[in-house]
Amino acid sequence: MGNYVELFIKAVFVENLALSFFLGMCTFLAVSKRIQTAFGLGAAVIVVQLITVPTNTFLYHYVLEEGALAWAGLPDVDLSFLGLVTYIGVIAAMVQILEMVLDRYFPPLFHALGIYLPLITVNCAILGGTLFSVQRDYTMPESIVYGIGSGFGWALALVGLAGIREKLKYSDVPAGLQGLGITFIIVGLMSLGFMAFAGIQL
Amino acid sequence: MSEPEQKSPRKTDTVVGTLVVALVVSLVCSSFVASAAVLLKPRQVANAILDMRRNILEVAGLLDPESDVEALFDGIEPRVVDLETGAYVEDADPEAFDPAEAAKDPERSVEVPAEIDVARVGRRANHALVYEVRRDGEVSKIILPVSGYGLWSTMYGFLALEADGNTVADITFYSHGETPGLGDFIGKPAWRGLWRGKRAFDESGKVELQVVKGRVSADDPLADYHVDGVSGATLTGNGVTNMMEYWLGDHGYGPYLRNIQRGEGT
Amino acid sequence: MSSAAKRALLAPVVDDNPVTLHVLGICSALAVTTSLLPSLYMCLALTVVATLANTAVSAIRHILPTSIRIIVQMTIIASLVIVVDESLKAFAFETSRELSVFVGLIITNCIVLGRTESFASKNRVGLSFLDGIGNGLGYSVILILVASTRELLGAGTLLGYAILPTVADGGWYSPNGMMLLPPSAFFVIGLIIWAVRTWKAEQVEKPEFRIHEVHRTEAL
Repeated sequence: MGNYVELFIKAVFVENLALSFFLGMCTFLAVSKRIQTAFGLGAAVIVVQLITVPTNTFLYHYVLEEGALAWAGLPDVDLSFLGLVTYIGVIAAMVQILEMVLDRYFPPLFHALGIYLPLITVNCAILGGTLFSVQRDYTMPESIVYGIGSGFGWALALVGLAGIREKLKYSDVPAGLQGLGITFIIVGLMSLGFMAFAGIQL
Repeated sequence: MSEPEQKSPRKTDTVVGTLVVALVVSLVCSSFVASAAVLLKPRQVANAILDMRRNILEVAGLLDPESDVEALFDGIEPRVVDLETGAYVEDADPEAFDPAEAAKDPERSVEVPAEIDVARVGRRANHALVYEVRRDGEVSKIILPVSGYGLWSTMYGFLALEADGNTVADITFYSHGETPGLGDFIGKPAWRGLWRGKRAFDESGKVELQVVKGRVSADDPLADYHVDGVSGATLTGNGVTNMMEYWLGDHGYGPYLRNIQRGEGT
Repeated sequence: MSSAAKRALLAPVVDDNPVTLHVLGICSALAVTTSLLPSLYMCLALTVVATLANTAVSAIRHILPTSIRIIVQMTIIASLVIVVDESLKAFAFETSRELSVFVGLIITNCIVLGRTESFASKNRVGLSFLDGIGNGLGYSVILILVASTRELLGAGTLLGYAILPTVADGGWYSPNGMMLLPPSAFFVIGLIIWAVRTWKAEQVEKPEFRIHEVHRTEAL
């Protein structure tokens, strides 16, 4: 159990997808102007990450990996080169299905998250989470924990940045730094703060 | 700039058209990807082997940019060792043995008991692949693969011992994620030089080899066993110390190295 | 070269830079900029993928059904990325290991999908080809600037060759370790944006609020 807690903490703080791996930056910068929208996108990312990371990890271990098809009587087949296409296909399909399910059964939630879902397909944080999980050889339970953790970390960074940017609207920023420039500097400072969690052992 | 073309209804905007286009695109893309993967696979495998051999030659002190890696590797013999007993497994084929795979297989590995798993290895394979450097038929060095958790992630490396199974010849790390500019001292040649001639075990057979905090002081009674650390990267140094404690200990290569020290190695 | 072609090729380098102006494609880029060599490979990989994807999408733009437009583009991009990734593993093994998952992440690099969707699906093959190269160059300029700064200040080297002799090697320069850590990438790119916008004032964003002195009488 302890090692899952540790993995979670690490995925949220130390290896924050946005602040230490720069993933999902495009949406991170574009959708961090207001706290409320940031919450919406953050929640959507957590949900999608929770579904796609374990699914893709499962597919890698039982279909794509060299020797993974042994259960189907094909022990010598190595399909790992198809990984990227498979993952992106799964992500696109999952987002689509999630959208339809939410629309059908949870209309209020669909209206809250709906507009962010299409953005998520091309969010590198989602694909990145899958790739890290596969590269680090996480087991199924680990990949579930990592999925939630990495999604939560990303959402936390997003909401944090949105909070700072809301306050920043009233400050006098040099003309050239206005908007994008100062946002980068702030993200740098946040990233510096998150690095303080390095080396924590539970 | 020329005007972008106007959107016009396309001939393929029918169900059949859509299916045909989807099918053709998938076929073209998949054959393109599959042929690239199949054509490049042998090269990639060769690269991975070459890279591993280069790492081993480096820690053995044999790497020479002028010579062919294959030819140099002839002087190095991979052996499979049973970690429990420390004896060589004569009927195992070192070429076919993959330690990483074995460590994942519950039948060929054991869980490291939490109280001695200082290096956070998790599971270790029952057998290990070590390399013997031979000169004129005699074993001159033994190369042991080691791994352990540093500050950020697991560090992988090789420890080379002299034929006495106690004196350190060299240490290298071929994969680690330690902080650039601080913890990455473990890959620097100057620091590796400090390890040369250090000793791993004291007279009673206890593992004393460790990275200390800061510099090894002149009056340190264990100066022979201690290596300088780097201030600001204490946790990386501790990681290396833990790695030595586990891998040279009874659960790691301890039994094997005791055989070597008694002269029963080969 | 016609003016349209010239524009397609050169505009994205400074005036219409995908990174500093459109905030596209920074995701996968910044993590590899701790040293220059992997960054160069990354630039090459992205330029190749962007150019070929643009060309391919432009070539089939008349027969591409609207309903599956995006997924077909994604498939083409993903296939190209896989081929590039596999080639790097075969021909530049060391660098490909440093780049790890970031080559794969070119798939979700918004520059590539952004250009195929907004440019290649509406323009001729030749122009799309040039637009792909242009955007690849625009991305490369930023990446090379960031990577050179970080490697030079962080390790005193460029492409592994010592430029500023470091204290550890008996020189005078004591490296700024922070330059090798993630936060510095954000700082460097923020400063680059500042510099570009001071030079090209028309790219400056309008502030949402402006604080100005109010006369007492006015406030009342």
